[in-house]
Amino acid sequence: MEQQASSCVGVAEADEKLMKVQSAISQFKMIKGALIPVLHEIQDIYGYLPEPVLQIVSAELNLPMSEIYGVASFYHFFSLTPKGENVVHLCLGTACYIKGAQGILDRLSTELKVPVQGTTEDNKFTLEATRCLGACGLAPVMTIGEKVHGRLAPNNIPVILKEYK
Amino acid sequence: MKLLTDLEAIRTLTQARLDNRRITGESPDSISFRSVMVCGGTGCTSSDSNQIIAKLNQEIAGHGIQRQVEVVRTGCFGLCELGPVVIVYPEGIFYSRVEVQDIPKLVETHLLQGKPYEKKIYEKTKQDGEILNFEETEFYKKQVRIALHNCGVIDPENIDEYIGSDGYQALDKVLKTMSRQEVIDTMKQSGLRGRGGGGFNTGLKWEFAAKQDKEQKYVICNADEGDPGAFMDRSILEGNPHSVIEAMAIAGYAIGSNQGFIYVRAEYPIAVQRFMKALEQAREYELLGDNILGTGFSFNIDVRLGAGAFVCGEETALIHSIEGHRGMPTPKPPFPAVQGLWGQPTIINNVETLANVAQIILKGAPWYASIGTEKSKGTKVFALGGKVVNTGLVEVPMGITLREVIFEIGGGIPGGKKFKAVQTGGPSGGCLTEEHLDCTIDFDTLTSLGSMMGSGGMIIMDEDTCMVDVARFYLDFTRDESCGKCTPCRIGTKRLLELLDKITEGKGSLDDLEKLENLSVQIKNASLCALGQTAPNPVLSTIKYFREEYLAHIEGHKCPAGVCKSLISYEIDPDLCRGCSLCAKKCPTDAISGELKEPFVIDTAVCIKCGVCFDVCKFEAVAIV
Repeated sequence: MEQQASSCVGVAEADEKLMKVQSAISQFKMIKGALIPVLHEIQDIYGYLPEPVLQIVSAELNLPMSEIYGVASFYHFFSLTPKGENVVHLCLGTACYIKGAQGILDRLSTELKVPVQGTTEDNKFTLEATRCLGACGLAPVMTIGEKVHGRLAPNNIPVILKEYK
Repeated sequence: MKLLTDLEAIRTLTQARLDNRRITGESPDSISFRSVMVCGGTGCTSSDSNQIIAKLNQEIAGHGIQRQVEVVRTGCFGLCELGPVVIVYPEGIFYSRVEVQDIPKLVETHLLQGKPYEKKIYEKTKQDGEILNFEETEFYKKQVRIALHNCGVIDPENIDEYIGSDGYQALDKVLKTMSRQEVIDTMKQSGLRGRGGGGFNTGLKWEFAAKQDKEQKYVICNADEGDPGAFMDRSILEGNPHSVIEAMAIAGYAIGSNQGFIYVRAEYPIAVQRFMKALEQAREYELLGDNILGTGFSFNIDVRLGAGAFVCGEETALIHSIEGHRGMPTPKPPFPAVQGLWGQPTIINNVETLANVAQIILKGAPWYASIGTEKSKGTKVFALGGKVVNTGLVEVPMGITLREVIFEIGGGIPGGKKFKAVQTGGPSGGCLTEEHLDCTIDFDTLTSLGSMMGSGGMIIMDEDTCMVDVARFYLDFTRDESCGKCTPCRIGTKRLLELLDKITEGKGSLDDLEKLENLSVQIKNASLCALGQTAPNPVLSTIKYFREEYLAHIEGHKCPAGVCKSLISYEIDPDLCRGCSLCAKKCPTDAISGELKEPFVIDTAVCIKCGVCFDVCKFEAVAIV
């Protein structure tokens, strides 16, 4: 029973997401250059760009999958693979780099036991290096989800990660 | 719906409120009217400025003094290092690194009793028992704020406050009293050059587009700011979004366009949200849309989000991205001003460039041209970062020296370290050294020294920075960001990076140094767009000014700054070690051993050089050799 109920919830959620995708597509369909705004919406809804959804985009916008894939893979902001519960973005802008961001990244990688772009086995964390977050006054800086952690030292890392475990 | 005549009425009404945000130098009665300005820029928001605002409102309501105090969330004050920043007017008391738990005391002491809350007053404003006006501190004294003039002064989410500070007056003046050619002439006479990197004369660009006899033309604002270490565009959008909207409409009128696009980084959520809000308000006030101010001129702005591609800063690449394609550049000519978005004449201006436009129209071209140097007029906003005391945003007149910016405004190098280099222009720029500190900052001087103005990132480096590693860092960036369309850039940057990797690993030869230089020149000459043409700049400038450091890596197998991992090792000084065992406990590979209260030893064969021991040692016993 329980399993059935949860799968029902899953289907409802999936439908809801698909409806959002449909409404995004119809919102942008009429404008020129609709593909990138639509991809932004899908990434917003799912956290990444699932292939079945891109198939829908292909049919609706009348664009071949090759072109959609070409655009999606070109831009760093778009991801074709799902991410962990908490995405860790370590800033590798110049100001952060000069203040030791590489050491922080190495430490994150050691603590989480994943390389950059990797997701931990328990799906809790995805580690990413990002270009300038524009908060150079707090360098070196990283974000975990929406939360910003600044003025980091390698030793802060285990303590901060614990908050999310 | 607001009527056109309201513009003046709103201005008069709001100006009175804005007047309260001026420093009078006198402390009013304990319960007189005060404005509490809280920085809502990205840096300060990251360190909880929103919670501070909530707490302030709660405390103020608790004391029942809502009528005497206004709390305003503003754009960036510039001194990001000290965030979150709170300024209380009319005294102009500057509080730094404010925390939520400070608020009850701050409200009680300052707002109720009329006495400054000593604990959080910015140290530099205290002098001989007196509290200085913050505008007199080294950081602010030499600044001239034109592009940033409303940042930190008004609430960016309130269009009335923008109008109260002369907002949309320039658009009104242009539409009602100036011909298109007069607007272009004013821009040309002002000498304003593009602040996005290229430094092309703005008026001239507008004139090219204006001369095209096409029905549809476009105005694009480039707010993609992919330059690592630069955040002036972000701060302007967050602190004064209407100045960009107003300027785009003025540009639209000048070239004969009714449609604008702003291409803004998706990674800047606060900037996007504030700009969208500003657009809504401008539409509501009929300052955008059809028949603006009853003059028959129509102009609309649509938002397009960037998706994290540095190359989209290049005009033609940006255009392709708005069209929905991969952001790959195409050769120029045709220039966008002739054939741009969807084949129509298009001008692309950077955020900071646009932020100057309304001021130039209002105060006149001669006023603007009187600031700066002969060929570089006006001011430039720099994002100071790296090893400098006052990291943050500064706007200075062109012609100021690097020394003034780094040592007077920036407060010099922290921790008593020695200045080594300053990197301007981001990945497209180069490093300058101590001997250049007295050079003036303008487009041409920086270019002639092998660096460039770029969008205005200024990263300061001290003796602990390895210049070969910095060059490698930038090449890693440009190699990653190359769109891959042209071979010199796609393959050239990869080969440059490989050579630099080799040198930082201590495996380089003198031949490699020569190869680096030759390849750099070829990439510069043969690449299609500015990304490839400038990618070798960090390599060339570091070889030119820090050759001995390259030689130390190649011939001496040493990294003088102690950065390149392959060339350093960690050692414990037995005289300084107290045998506390902290390093051994923290070492991830168990490379450190010893007896308690006896000196510990690192086994270099097992050590992975992570530097944890160096970081944790309280007795400075761990050394890099």
